[in-house]
Parts: sequence; structure tokens; C-alpha cells
Amino acid sequence: MIQPVSATQDNLAISVSGSGGTGAVTVGLILLEAIAKAGFYGVMTRSFGPQIRGGESAVMLNLSDHPIETLAEFSHIHLALDWLKFERFSDEIPLTQDSLVIYDNSREKPPGLVENSGAKLIGIGLQNAVKTIKGSRMNMFALGILTQQIGLDLTFIEAALKRTLGKKGDDVISTSLEAIQAGMRMIPDSHYEKLSHWHPTQKPRWNISGNEACGLGALRGGLKLAAAYPITPATDIVEYLAPRIEKLGGRVLIAEDELAAMNMVIGGSFGGLPSMTATSGPGFSLMTEAMGLAIASETPALVVTVMRGGPSTGIPTKSEQTDLNQVLYGFHGEAPHVVIAPLNVQEMVTISQWSLGLAEALQTLVVEVSDQHLGQSRVIIDPIPPVDFNLKRLRPPATTSDYQRYELTQEAVSPIAWPGTPDTQYTADGLEHTETGKPSSMAKEHQQQLTKRAQKITQHNYGEHWAKVTETLNATVLVITWGSSYEAVRIAVEALNQQGADISLLGLRLLMPLQTEQIQAVAKDKTVIVIEQNASGQLFHYLLSDNAIPRNSQSIAEAGPILFKPSTVQTALIHCLEGLK
Amino acid sequence: MTHASQTPLEKITVKTVKPTEYLSNVHPVWCPGCGHFFILRALTKALAWLKLPKEQIGLVSGIGCSSRLPAYLNVYGFHGVHGRALALASGLKANRPDLTVLVAGGDGDGYSIGGNHFIHACRRNMDITYIVMDNEVYGMTKGQPSPTTPAEWQSKLTPQGTGVARFNPMGIALAAGASFIARGFSGDPNGLTKLMTEAIQHKGFSLIEIKSPCVTFRPEEKAWQKSMRSLNVSPSSNPAEAAKSIYSSDGFDTGIFYQADLPVYEPTNTPCENPADVLAEIEKELNV
Repeated sequence: MIQPVSATQDNLAISVSGSGGTGAVTVGLILLEAIAKAGFYGVMTRSFGPQIRGGESAVMLNLSDHPIETLAEFSHIHLALDWLKFERFSDEIPLTQDSLVIYDNSREKPPGLVENSGAKLIGIGLQNAVKTIKGSRMNMFALGILTQQIGLDLTFIEAALKRTLGKKGDDVISTSLEAIQAGMRMIPDSHYEKLSHWHPTQKPRWNISGNEACGLGALRGGLKLAAAYPITPATDIVEYLAPRIEKLGGRVLIAEDELAAMNMVIGGSFGGLPSMTATSGPGFSLMTEAMGLAIASETPALVVTVMRGGPSTGIPTKSEQTDLNQVLYGFHGEAPHVVIAPLNVQEMVTISQWSLGLAEALQTLVVEVSDQHLGQSRVIIDPIPPVDFNLKRLRPPATTSDYQRYELTQEAVSPIAWPGTPDTQYTADGLEHTETGKPSSMAKEHQQQLTKRAQKITQHNYGEHWAKVTETLNATVLVITWGSSYEAVRIAVEALNQQGADISLLGLRLLMPLQTEQIQAVAKDKTVIVIEQNASGQLFHYLLSDNAIPRNSQSIAEAGPILFKPSTVQTALIHCLEGLK
Repeated sequence: MTHASQTPLEKITVKTVKPTEYLSNVHPVWCPGCGHFFILRALTKALAWLKLPKEQIGLVSGIGCSSRLPAYLNVYGFHGVHGRALALASGLKANRPDLTVLVAGGDGDGYSIGGNHFIHACRRNMDITYIVMDNEVYGMTKGQPSPTTPAEWQSKLTPQGTGVARFNPMGIALAAGASFIARGFSGDPNGLTKLMTEAIQHKGFSLIEIKSPCVTFRPEEKAWQKSMRSLNVSPSSNPAEAAKSIYSSDGFDTGIFYQADLPVYEPTNTPCENPADVLAEIEKELNV
């Protein structure tokens, strides 16, 4: 008789690993969808070995009865379809004495690091079980075992199975279901039956990845062209768009390289329609020359960059907030532009729509910064209601004489003509130019146009979206963070505040133009701690250099690719606060 | 030179649309005697002959002497970065198939820094006309060898010559899948006008490789006038035959070497009547 393992948190963390073809990812996808159908929330991340196909893979699910996007502190249940190269995942799948590890005992023994973790181990004959049901696969028995262990109703699994594997036909579904039911009987005692204590919601919810959310936001914003060159981990955005954008009158262009992709975006946008590309650090490097062209020619363009470990090829499949300097400063010349970073998957739809809208309205380059964790996490969220930002291109009046494309105006935004309109022909130029667009190297015109391009961005009223500020009464400390670090930091700060700390939190979305005065106002009379997932403290130094935060501010900066967890942030924060005393 | 002095075009040009209507009021930066002036004139004549509305033309260029062209025309123009004009034009054509999209540039812009885009623009075979003003030298940066410069040409940068074989733009265009390949000469504006009208009317990617002397840095190119043969080539739709005529030419034959009816890449462009409903349908997929 195995004793139930005590659970300390209101989340339930499940991980599944196996070598290529064992179907660990499928187990995760079905389980996440089933949990959602049962009325709960969850987040799923994946990790792969370097092989293109057939490599080992793992999925990590963190489930709850409220919205959740952070990684679990440890796995409550880990199911190993086999142990091939499991060490690769040991950082991402922490096991403790509270973990339950279920594995196939007809093959290799658990590796030493698993045995040493103190986790409860249960070996079962998964491979032999497959022989009992013709055409069945091991992962479906595993799914059955997990279903039983967490006390999930089979009807939800069945519905999720049909949705996930429906295309494979009825035979596959019925065989799989048979295997799942057999799996449920393999370890009858339920060790982590947490679901019965949770409160299911009847509300509609979405099952969406960050990259999908980004694509959807762009579609909501009226995107008509996505031009891109494949790069991990950004390609999913374009793959999401490809079959959908056409239904909305748009299109995807596959470029020969990132240089082409960025120029296609500019050309498409010059044609009058919202256009974007999606890339990651190395691709962004190749695009920066043309991004300067978008800025100089005042052509609206959205670039989504999904950060990964760098520099160079770095760690393409893993996350790091390491390209902030690049998106802020990676340009030649004075290149005022907008940089925005969503704080979690939940807000990715709306922030992406906002980003595209800002590019259109301000006629400039907008860089939206995501990362591998945000982009490739699959999350159950409440549906995101549509919003109308009313951000559109300023068009010249119907009857225009003496049209000047780069006219100096009060708002510094000049009307942009729709090619095809008579009498407003102009030449967009990357050369410095006069108000009419005629090339010019005169100091006066350079300074006028430079100022115009900067002013239209700094003068814009960005409203409430510039940051997410959660102020605590009598706060003495302000924590500032950005992007995918936000969720872990938020939970850590909330936990510390519950223990009596007085910490305010600022999740910075609008990274450029920096809302210095607003940050200063929140930071006033507080000790500032900046938390980010990179080695050198890029955000910290950026805020310091602009005097947005006081000189005595503190930095918590840690390289990826192991992401922040609430506990690691909490420990670092406590350490930092003690150091200040 | 065997000038075909009485082409039908000369009569047609004096029609209702005047070539000068396509000119802007910006004066070219080109040197006196530059071949590009004649290309500009031929282009305005071709546009007038085709009676293309100015506002329906998108003219894209990169960087270099020839790439200054958009500013000299009263059309929708884009003077972009070095080498990327074809990519920019592909994005424009994808979003706006209703526009006549022209691309202008030089040998360095198109065949060196833009080489990859040249290959893939040919391969895509979108309905774009690419006008290359090939003077076999980088003029704007004052006389460096380009991919079409002869190996023995000496410059400050290459005192012993480049020692590298020349790029064959038309051969590469054929191999890469362009569906219209012609050579023209700036000293034969009428022949050039005819080629341009044919290229613009051709459905697919058209390359007009125009020999255009750089009188400043390659004054010896003035002698081209004596060697060029006006429209002496007849088009073939057979790539093997076209390859033979491209590779057997000494570089002074002009005319259409290859014209074929190949699949044209046209990304979908069906306007959406009810975007809100379609979006709602798309969002429904996300429901658990």
C-alpha cells in the first residue's frame, strides 16, 4: 500500500517524459485540454532534445482552479515513458520527496538522480500492457494512469481525446480510449486526487499558446501581410496565421531570408495595409538595417521578436530575456521607435493588437518583444474580449493639392497616401528628405525630420497600457520587471506581501519610449529592485541610464534558460531586502 | 550600330499621354552623358505608350546611381536600402496586385548585395518588371568593380583587376525561373522603350538587363555604341534555346531572349466581406 504524498500548494504539477515517438507531448496536450474541459486552468511547457525528430521530449503541466502561467516548483507526478536521456530534463522537472514517479519497469531502472530525489517510485509494466490491446500505444495507458491519479472524470479525457486525435479516425479513438481505461486500472489508488477539492468554473475558456495569441492579436488589428523566414521559436506565429489570415483577406509571404522578410513588410505596408514579421534574435539582427528604413521612411511596420538564449545560435529552443539591448539600441543613426513587451500569454492578444495599431497610427517601427517561454507555453485562459484601440493611418483629405508626404504637423504625424490615389504620388525615402520627400542633406531638413520622427512617438498618449502597476499601501519597495518574468515575480511579491512585506509591483510593457516620469512617480520614496532573466541586468541599466529609478536601486538579473519560479524570486528578493537593511 | 530608326513606337509616343507627364520636378544627380538619362526617357515613353495612370505605378529601388530613379518620376515610389528593392517590391505586389510594380537598380545593387533576392524574385515569378541599369561599375561610390565588371578592369580597389569571372545575370535569371529575359541598350531608346512595354505587359517576372555606359568611371564604355545590335534577338519560350542564345551572345545583342508562360506567384487577395464574423469563427477554435 502506497501512502498518499502530501501536497502543499493549490496547484498540481504533472510532467511526462519519453524518447522520440513515445508520445509524451500528446499526453500533455490531451491532459491540458481535458483539465480545461473539467473547468480548470493550466499551463503546459515543453522541452525537446536537439534532434529534429525522434529525440527525447518532455512536457510540464502546472494545473490549478485559477488562471496560472508560472512553472511549478516541483513535479507532483512525473511519468517516465522511458528514461532515455532523462538527465537532460532534470533542471526543468525538479523532483522532491513529495513527488510521485511512475515509470515503465520493463525497461531501464530509474537513473540515480531520480532515486536520490527521495521521490516515491512506482514501476509498472507499461510495455507489456500495450500487448494486451491490439493497435494501442503506451502513452495512452500512461494517460489513463494520470487520469486515475488526479481523479479526473473520464468524460473530459474522452472529449479532449476526440478533439486532439479526432483527425486520426474512430479506430484510433476507440483503441486509445480502451488503453486509457486499462491504464486507469493499473494503479487504482489515487495519490494526488486534488481536483475534487477545486472549484470548477462553467465559464468559457480558451486553450491558446503565446505565439497563437500574438497572431490572433495581429489579426484583430487588421493584419494583411505576414512576411517571414522560419526561425525557432517564432515560426509558430506565422504557422498560426497562414491558414487564417487568408480568410480575412490577408496573406503570408515566405521570404528567402530575414533581410527580405523585413523589406517585404515595408513594401506591403507602403501598399497601404498593416504588415508584420516574426523573428528571433539572430533574425532581428539581419532585419535591423531595413527597420531603420521603416523608421526613416515612416512606414508602419510591426516586428515581433521571440527571444531565445543567445548570442549567435545560442539556445534556440529555450528562453532568455536577453535581447532588450538589441531591440532598444540595435540600430544605426537616431532611430526613434516603439518597443512593447506583453507580461503574460493572457494579455498577448490585446497587446499585440495594440502594437500593430501603434505602428499604423504613428507610422513607425513597433517591436513587440516576446520570448520562448511566453511564445511556446500553452495556457488555459478566459476568452479575451475584443477591444477597439481606434489606431489607424492618417490619410490625406480626399481633395489634396500640393501633397507633402513628410509635412511638419502639430502631431508630427503626416497624412500617408494610399498608392492608387491620384495627385498624391510621393517617393518614400530612406535618404534624409524634405517635407515633399525630395532627398536632402541639408542640416535644417535633417534636424526637422529627425525631430518629427521622435516627437510623434514621444508625444503620443499611450494611456494605461504602458505598465501594469500594483501599488501596495505604504510600500517601501518597488519591484520592476518585464515580459515572461512578470508572472513568477507577481506571485513572489504577493506571497511576501501576505507575510507582511510592503512591496509595489510594476510590470513594464512600454519599454520605448520610456515613460520616465511615470516610473519616477511610482518609484518615489521607495527602494527599487529590478528583476529580469538575463545575465547583465539590461533593464536595470536602461532604467538607471534614463534616471527613471534612483542610483541606489538593486538588480536581480539571472541568465536563462531556467526560468524564474515564484520561490526562486522570493528567495532572491528576501536576500536582496536583507542586504539593504 | 544597326539602329532600327523607324520603329512604330516613335509614332505612337505622340499620343494623348505625354511621357513628360510622368516626370517629377526633381533633377537627376547623374553625370552629364550618363546612359541612365536615356533609360529614364525610355521608361516615361513606355508608360505613356501603355497609358498607365501615374498613381497606379509603384516604382521601387535600392541604392546606387540608378536607384535614384523613383524620385525623378511622378509615381508612387520607394527608394529603399541597398540590394533589397526586389524584396520590398514583392511585399508591395503581394498586398497590392492592382498596382503595376516596377523595380529599378544597378548591377551592384541587384547582382551583388541583392543577389539572393534576385534569384528568389525570379523563382517567385511575381508580376514585376525589373529594370537593371548595368554600367559594370559602382558609380555612386566612385568606381569600384561590380559583379559584371570584366576580370581585368583595374581600379583603386583592384589594381591588378578583379581576377574574378563576371556574373551572368540573364543566365542566372533563366536558371532561377524568370519568365521574361531581355537585354537593352541605353543608346537605343526606341528599342528600349519597346522592350519596356513588352516587359511591363508580360505577366510574370521580367528582367530587362540594360547596358548603360558610365561615362565618368568607365569612359571606355562609350564604345558600346558601336558594338550594340538593336533588337536582333528573337524571343524563345524554350529555356534550352534561350540558354543557347544567352550563352552564345557576346553581350552586345539586344532583344527578348526568353519569354514563357510560367506559373505566376500571386498570394491570395480576396477581400473579406465580414471580418468580424470570420474572426469570431477563428476564435471559436480556441474554445475548450
